[in-house]
Amino acid sequence: MAKGIWVFVEQSNGNIRKVSLELLSQGRKLADEKGEELAAVIMGQNISALAGEAAKYGADKVYVADDEKLASYSTGAYTSVFAKLIRENEPNLVLLGNTAVGKDLAPRVATRVGVDAAIDCVGIEADAANYVNLTRPIYAGKALIKVVSPEARPVMATVRPNTFPVAEPVSKEAAVVNVPVAVDPADLGAILKELISQATGRPELTEANIIVSGGRGMKGPEDFVILEELADCLGASVGASRAAVDAGWREHKYQVGQTGKTVSPVLYIACGISGAIQHLAGMGSSKVIVAINKDPEANIFQVADYGIVGDLFQVVPALTAECKKLQA
Amino acid sequence: MNIVVLVKQVFDTEAKIVIGADGRIDDSNVTMVMNPYDENATEEALLLKERLGGEVIAVAAGTPKAQETLRTALAMGADRAVLVSDPALQSVSDDYAAAQALAKAVSELKPDIILTGRVAIDYGSKIAGRVAEILGIPQVNTVTRLEVNGDKAVAAREIDGGSEVIEVTLPAVFSAQKSLNNPRYPTVAGIMKAKKKELKTLTLADLGLDATMSGKMQIVGYSLPAGRKGGRVIPGEPGQAAAELAKLLRSEAKVI
Ligand SMILES: Cc1cc2nc3c(=O)[nH]c(=O)nc-3n(C[C@H](O)[C@H](O)[C@H](O)COP(=O)(O)OP(=O)(O)OC[C@H]3O[C@@H](n4cnc5c(N)ncnc54)[C@H](O)[C@@H]3O)c2cc1C
Ligand SMILES: Nc1ncnc2c1ncn2[C@@H]1O[C@H](COP(=O)(O)O)[C@@H](O)[C@H]1O
Repeated sequence: MAKGIWVFVEQSNGNIRKVSLELLSQGRKLADEKGEELAAVIMGQNISALAGEAAKYGADKVYVADDEKLASYSTGAYTSVFAKLIRENEPNLVLLGNTAVGKDLAPRVATRVGVDAAIDCVGIEADAANYVNLTRPIYAGKALIKVVSPEARPVMATVRPNTFPVAEPVSKEAAVVNVPVAVDPADLGAILKELISQATGRPELTEANIIVSGGRGMKGPEDFVILEELADCLGASVGASRAAVDAGWREHKYQVGQTGKTVSPVLYIACGISGAIQHLAGMGSSKVIVAINKDPEANIFQVADYGIVGDLFQVVPALTAECKKLQA
Repeated sequence: MNIVVLVKQVFDTEAKIVIGADGRIDDSNVTMVMNPYDENATEEALLLKERLGGEVIAVAAGTPKAQETLRTALAMGADRAVLVSDPALQSVSDDYAAAQALAKAVSELKPDIILTGRVAIDYGSKIAGRVAEILGIPQVNTVTRLEVNGDKAVAAREIDGGSEVIEVTLPAVFSAQKSLNNPRYPTVAGIMKAKKKELKTLTLADLGLDATMSGKMQIVGYSLPAGRKGGRVIPGEPGQAAAELAKLLRSEAKVI
């Protein structure tokens, strides 16, 4: 009998990533609805302390795979350990964040255990006939599909960051299960040679609550400083349109849109961005959109909740000043 | 060196999505193009061939129309192409079945290197990892640099918050990030030559796969996101407007 809802808990620098807390919170709700257990799966090295954290966000049980072979993420070792754990315990539902790791690991593990994985879901609902149904955007959010897995278990899915709120932590204990770590030799075909961290002190674009983005209207790379100042005040990340990326002002990894990142922050502030269909596809699911653009006819105003028609070089610094006042 | 590149035919990014009378996505008035990242994958395949010799084979799964995308790859310089096309696969997003079919077609080509795009901009189902798993070989995703030496490859890849360098033993699958290279455009001569290059079409039966093969997940509904409406334009001098905006974001929208 397959049972339980599992959340793959991702950590960075010893902290549980926000998307994993979101999934634990939502997993708790689903587990209560189903009358089942919620388990967290944590993999890494020296990560045992995170088990208590996972419990606070709802986990009844925590599988801990703590081993030097898992010190940094690798497709092979993580797939070996995770797939074996799934086969042995047969959960009903396995959720991962739609992060670089989640997107790499989920399809591989799913294929190994003989199921499909729905990628980048923005909805999970309990479903009597199919256990759950999943909503996922296609064409970068221009349309949505609902998918079910009628028979195959577990149902596997990666879930977009910022889809579910993080619940308030509670005081709760979880049963800790130490997972023996054995990596199949066939999974050792890749060796990590170098890990380069580019810590910006800002949240990952896809996980950020607030994003300040700049487009061609920024005029040049130096001018992004005014967006960074606003972002610093708001605790935001800085994104860009393709025009700004193609001009070489920002790296491609900050591009928002159909051929960049898809983001769903609580607040998206578009500065000097016209609102091309490919850009809107990547940020149209933001909760609140603000547009600052000097052209009143710009398409971005068609989707913005609040707009200011004006010169961003005047408006943005003024907004930063207001932000600082609010925080004072 | 046998280099296989997976290319998918997708809707042009300008396309507006329309749901047809059958409740599915209507593709009748849509311009189809090669998935943008597959241009990078094809470019890298051609660069590797120029450096190391060998053959570049483009492979797609899709409708007969996907031949156009394979012809584009041939015009860019690929040597030959294989299309896997079968009514059983036509439910486009049957990821599980598509991965099985692609993996089978690819394995028959005995590749040393398989290149794919980072993501397909339509369904984005993570085919590369599935194909690699079925073939039992390593994968390196979102690759920004690739060097091949004998039976080893060293790849730099983007990860959240940084990058890493990975060495793999070939054969392996690499998914191309945009910054990997600058894709070439097909030349007129290339387009003429492409017309004469081999383009084979295979069915599931030709691949020895069960034609009734179905996926593990099913699509039970298509919808369009709730359209957004333009909201309020805040008037006034920049300073005033910014003050009003900050106030609204705090007290009305409650997001700062
Ligand atoms: C295959 C393909 C994929 C694509 N993918 C993406 C994608 O992923 N993401 C993406 O963003 N685009 C993408 N695009 C590009 C897209 O079509 C647009 O070209 C791009 O989004 C435009 O960027 P922009 O809004 O910054 O520039 P523009 O369209 O040039 O707009 C600049 C705006 O800045 C305003 N402005 C100028 N100066 C000021 C000022 N001082 N103060 C205030 N406002 C000012 C102008 O009024 C204008 O509205 C793609 C295109 C193709 C063909
Ligand atoms: N039907 C297909 N035919 C050929 N290649 C595909 C197909 N689907 C996906 N791919 C390849 O896999 C990459 C990633 O697609 P996806 O995993 O769907 O985001 C694409 O960029 C293609 O290189």
